[in-house]
Amino acid sequence: MSNAPVDTGRRRFLTAATAVVGGAGAVAVAVPFIKSWNPSAKAKAAGAPVEVNISKVEPGQLIRVEWRGKPVWVVRRTEAVINELPTHDAQLRDPASAEMQQPEYATNPLRSIKPEYFIAVGICTHLGCSPTYLPDSFAEQVQGVTSGFFCPCHGSKFDMAGRVFQGVPAPLNLVIPPHQYVDDGTVIIGVDKGVA
Amino acid sequence: MKKLFIALVALLPTLAIAAGGHVHLEDANVDLHDKASLERGLDMFQHYCSGCHSTQYQRYERVANDLGISADDMRSKYMFTDAKIGELMQNAIPPKDAAKWFGATPPDLTLVARVRGEDWVYSYLKGFYKDPSRPFGVNNTVFPSVGMPHVLEELQGTPVKQEDGTIVVSGGKLNAEEYDQAVRDITGFLVYSAEPVKLERQALGWWVLGFLFIFFIVAYLLKKEYWKDVH
Amino acid sequence: MVKNLINWIDARIPMTATYNRHVGQYATPTNFNFWYFFGSLAMLVLVNQLLTGIWLTMNYVPTAEGAFASVEYIMRDVEYGWLLRYMHSTGASAFFVVIYLHMFRGLIYGSYQKPRELLWLFGMLIFLVLMAEAFMGYLLPWGQMSYWGAQVIISLFGAIPVIGDDLTLWIRGDYVISGATLNRFFALHVIALPLVLVVLVFLHLIALHEVGSNNPDGIEIKKNKDENGWPVDGIPFHPYYTVKDIMGVAGFLIVFCYVLFFIPEGGGYFLEKPNFEAANPMKTPEHIAPVWYFTPFYAILRAVPDKLGGVIMMGLSIGVLFVLPWLDRCKVKSVRYRSTLHKLNIAQFAVSFIVLGYLGVVPASPTLTIVAQVFTFTYFGFFVALWVYSKNEKTKPVPARLTH
Repeated sequence: MSNAPVDTGRRRFLTAATAVVGGAGAVAVAVPFIKSWNPSAKAKAAGAPVEVNISKVEPGQLIRVEWRGKPVWVVRRTEAVINELPTHDAQLRDPASAEMQQPEYATNPLRSIKPEYFIAVGICTHLGCSPTYLPDSFAEQVQGVTSGFFCPCHGSKFDMAGRVFQGVPAPLNLVIPPHQYVDDGTVIIGVDKGVA
Repeated sequence: MKKLFIALVALLPTLAIAAGGHVHLEDANVDLHDKASLERGLDMFQHYCSGCHSTQYQRYERVANDLGISADDMRSKYMFTDAKIGELMQNAIPPKDAAKWFGATPPDLTLVARVRGEDWVYSYLKGFYKDPSRPFGVNNTVFPSVGMPHVLEELQGTPVKQEDGTIVVSGGKLNAEEYDQAVRDITGFLVYSAEPVKLERQALGWWVLGFLFIFFIVAYLLKKEYWKDVH
Repeated sequence: MVKNLINWIDARIPMTATYNRHVGQYATPTNFNFWYFFGSLAMLVLVNQLLTGIWLTMNYVPTAEGAFASVEYIMRDVEYGWLLRYMHSTGASAFFVVIYLHMFRGLIYGSYQKPRELLWLFGMLIFLVLMAEAFMGYLLPWGQMSYWGAQVIISLFGAIPVIGDDLTLWIRGDYVISGATLNRFFALHVIALPLVLVVLVFLHLIALHEVGSNNPDGIEIKKNKDENGWPVDGIPFHPYYTVKDIMGVAGFLIVFCYVLFFIPEGGGYFLEKPNFEAANPMKTPEHIAPVWYFTPFYAILRAVPDKLGGVIMMGLSIGVLFVLPWLDRCKVKSVRYRSTLHKLNIAQFAVSFIVLGYLGVVPASPTLTIVAQVFTFTYFGFFVALWVYSKNEKTKPVPARLTH
């Protein structure tokens, strides 16, 4: 070993420089490992937007379509249902949809693009069960409200705009998926406006 | 020992020939940066080849994105089955029917450029010649006893092999130069298809090497600093 | 705070003591040269193989129907899947490059000699397991070369008298290589052999640190200690060899990444062309060659005109390396102080190994078979000659202290 004086400052600087450059390298190496967990092209293709023909849906009827493995509801709301919606705001947790559980264009009292059609992901925001559609007998759950959704798992209740009632376990309104109308009878679920 | 080594060096050329191919292949000269050429290749492949040959490990959407083709163009110009754009590029004929017609299932061509090499694909497409003794009336210079017809004949014309081995063509829609370019386009598409990530891989490679070079210099300086103690 | 935590742990497991014994106070000779990078590089490549291997299993499908397509799925559909796959495939070849250089280092500096026989044996076992690991891994992409390469290698066991045919059937689990073979090779490749490999690497390191590292002079630095009991020619592994190995890693990665990003097929040697075609039991490729790292031994196999004889010779060509510590009867370790004859013998061995490697790649021909026989002879000749001349070898005086 030589007894020459040690330049500790230089040593410390070079150690830090190596650690920083090497650390940056390690982080960069982690990127492909982490990104490979993203949905693959295959998963994305399987989760591609779904085109739904809604011209045959009767007033009051609910149809289910699968999008990204989840049930998506398309409900054709009757005039009576639409008129009933603003009447029970006081009983709701988030009547004005302040929490962004819906795209910008569905952030309105009816939580939809067209008043007639209500489109939502049919998964309860509590623990992921799929609520039941009660078109006529919802008054048993909430007095004075004719139709709504009731989750059989833990009793969460939602109105016909997917807004959650107070005093139930579900914390948030139902999710409205991105969607757009191609023409009067066709809606694409999974795509925002402006994208083909 | 030394003598043996010399003998061995003398042997090397013979070994190389023994290891090499037997047919002369033409240089395909493919340029993967030429997106227009790749798109023409896709067009030709879909029209002339995809009836029998799939490229089933590749997705339409990936090809469209990589070649800069819009989804609508992809659907209207290059997709002839009822597949969705995110699906794999499988072909329309069931493999069993194809096996009945051709005697063997036409192979999938996604990776053909990696199996055979791009020059082989290029030379193969240029290598058909008239041979009435074969079931489809044609043979191929790089693939003797080939089991498929010359699907590009309407473009190239009828190729007739002369006694000196050269091929003379007459009556095609394209002249010799245009045909070479058309074949190069198809080859380019198949080279792309065999490894769609190739350009991205090389681009990333330069960044990685640049980074490692810096890392090496820093590590070298650090080592030198510490080893002052020892030397 | 940190000190308290360390004390708390040290009272329960010997953490600091272990660190000092193996890193902080591990006395390392001062004169390691270029050849001494390859041990730590082998560790680096092992970690690379383990990590990328684990990640590949996340998308790989170990069935005859799905394997080939799943590899292309990884190459195309999985984000950065191509990079993980190329890291693994390039890493396999890099592993053998590094290991062969590491073994050659041991050969020229006599690192197998007393007291490092066990260290060498553990190393040889690692090499053997690594070959099995690589062979089984090569079946997994389920390409033409995977299939027919495995067919040929498994058929070797058929040469064993009496039980041969039953043994090959048992290994395959079918009458041909099939999904059953693929499944068991997958299990061995991703679980069993890596576990064995890691344990052996651990033992290899324990054995190394017990006897201490050899060096290019072949002198035991422990024989010359100062008043504190520290070897005069020794320096602590950390920081001196940690910083040096980091530099070595950076240099190695430049070469490794160049191959990975610009020539991942390695000219058809790291990823063979026929392997881009799915396995087809009805059609053998024109020319079957094992991956390059097996070819020296494969050439020996082919050089012998008898099936059983070939298998035995191939086995011996690896087996003889195990007994190297007892074949070399010379007391001087490093090639630096040994006879010219020994130097020439090592040189001819290296040449034989490389030529055999080349011959194993190209198709056999009568002339080449004779060449292969000559070099098989010189390969084994190395060991025989070593045993003969090493007893009374004319060596040069070995210095008392390390030279640089």
